[in-house]
Amino acid sequence: MAAVPMFALAPALPEIVLAASALLLVLIGALRGERAAGLIEALTFVALLVAGFLVVTQGGERLETFGGSFVVDAFARFAKVMTLVGSAAALLMSGDFLRRAGINRFEYPILILLATVGMMMMISAGDLIALYLGLELQSLALYVVAAIDRDNARSSEAGLKYFVLGALSSGMLLYGASLIYGFTGTVSFAGIAQALQGEGHAGAIFGLVFIAAGLAFKISAVPFHMWTPDVYEGAPTPVAAFFAAAPKMAAMALLVRVFITAFPGIVDQWRQIIVFVAIASMALGSFAAIGQRNIKRLMAYSSIGHMGYALVGLAAGTAEGVQSVLVYMAIYLVMTLGTFAFILSMRREEGPVEGIDDLAGLARTQPYAAYGLTILFFSLAGIPPLAGFLAKWYVFAAAVEAKLYTLAVIGVLASVIGAYYYIRVVKIMHFDDPAGAAFTPMSAGQKVVFALASIVILILMLPGAPAPLNGAALAAARSLF
Amino acid sequence: MQSLLADYLPLVIFIGVSLVIGLALLVSPFIVAYSRPDAEKLSAYECGFNAFDDARMKFDVRFYLVAILFIIFDLEVAFLFPWAVAFGDLGWFGFWSMMLFLGVLTVGFIYEWRKGALEWD
Repeated sequence: MAAVPMFALAPALPEIVLAASALLLVLIGALRGERAAGLIEALTFVALLVAGFLVVTQGGERLETFGGSFVVDAFARFAKVMTLVGSAAALLMSGDFLRRAGINRFEYPILILLATVGMMMMISAGDLIALYLGLELQSLALYVVAAIDRDNARSSEAGLKYFVLGALSSGMLLYGASLIYGFTGTVSFAGIAQALQGEGHAGAIFGLVFIAAGLAFKISAVPFHMWTPDVYEGAPTPVAAFFAAAPKMAAMALLVRVFITAFPGIVDQWRQIIVFVAIASMALGSFAAIGQRNIKRLMAYSSIGHMGYALVGLAAGTAEGVQSVLVYMAIYLVMTLGTFAFILSMRREEGPVEGIDDLAGLARTQPYAAYGLTILFFSLAGIPPLAGFLAKWYVFAAAVEAKLYTLAVIGVLASVIGAYYYIRVVKIMHFDDPAGAAFTPMSAGQKVVFALASIVILILMLPGAPAPLNGAALAAARSLF
Repeated sequence: MQSLLADYLPLVIFIGVSLVIGLALLVSPFIVAYSRPDAEKLSAYECGFNAFDDARMKFDVRFYLVAILFIIFDLEVAFLFPWAVAFGDLGWFGFWSMMLFLGVLTVGFIYEWRKGALEWD
């Protein structure tokens, strides 16, 4: 028997760099103790930047390694850059909050780093085993991060709830994967696509449903969304900011890759699932957010709704549809990070506040912050001509081109209803009397993320400005077909 | 497909027979056995001391920590055995994979040591 060959490691270089730096940082943290927290935070940020640089310089062609279970193509590069941006921004704006809350443990940046490695593995997964490994590496780090404020009962509850439900969804995903393997005889996405050409077997479709359920949990799409508001509210705000950005991007990329590359032969079967999940998420995101008084819960329902809109693009099942999903996720990432940068800075002398009513009169006490937040909220609502409108326009256009008229109409109606609660926040900021003293000044990291996000949203309004984003997303989408 | 199923026929017969015997042994005492219970016979210990405490006592959470640490190194050994047996066929890739795995575990071990997870007090 021949010896196992050495696999090419170059395609996975960014992941290897991140994993090696995580190990190194654990050692530094273990040997130097809590004093090293600031140093480790800075080094983690540098590691994420280096990984981003390596991803960008990998060139444009498709690379495969580890026997096809690790795939790097234009799609993976696009999603990885977005994920790294999400992780780096979440890290940049969370340090100040954690220090003031007294939970700036050195494990926090390391766990973010490990979760990011898992996300990048998910994005590059070429078979079901790599998919599960990446997903679990990400999830295990996220469970711990959710409970990082371990002396706080709500944070522990959030972590435990996320862990139990996450384990359940992983179980469903594995059951689906075992069914798929049983009926197709392979775990590789390309092999599954080949085995399911033409008529899909009922058992394989059964497996597909379970895989869809497991992945829907990770992007918090209805009906697997129940954990999202509780975890966002219970976990420390920096954790909620991280959860809303990078993991969503990675899980959505994974969902797109699995459905487009492994099940292209049975589009009609999975389209029904995606259409249902999209409609349910959009509707719940719009209606359930109306009664919220806590801004973190509001953002949780908002993220559920946004995942629904992004799935509209996937339901189209075309390259244009995937392109629209990627553009949507990129713009969603920017809007969410900007909004959370502000939520993290909502703090009075006596401590952090989370009520929507605490924003009253913000336009008088902090006009710049109020106008930045107004831009972000109008964009989240999808008011033309802001970036959020462009994103919605692309996904609905893709759905109409695929003749999914009902889905597009329901989506537009849901976004009109959803606009109510975003605009209500804007109204409270601009027309209500100030509720209390001004918030304490933002930290430098929060300022950078908040200002950058608002500016990006404004720049995308200029004619021609979205073209590079669209071009990159189109190249990424084409690499899947 | 038919012959494949036929291969499993002895297994089906075996399961059927064991089911019948098992159920028969389980059910027959209820029917034929002589039974006259009283308070002494039904108590937890017919002879000896009465129970001092509820059996469901609380354990120190540190026992769980020790148990988890044990499982990690137990798994390591479980991985090492097949690796050592197949070592000749694995080549350098197999060798360095295991070295990497051990290295990662060592980093975890240093972390838990420095964090004081190995100290009882």
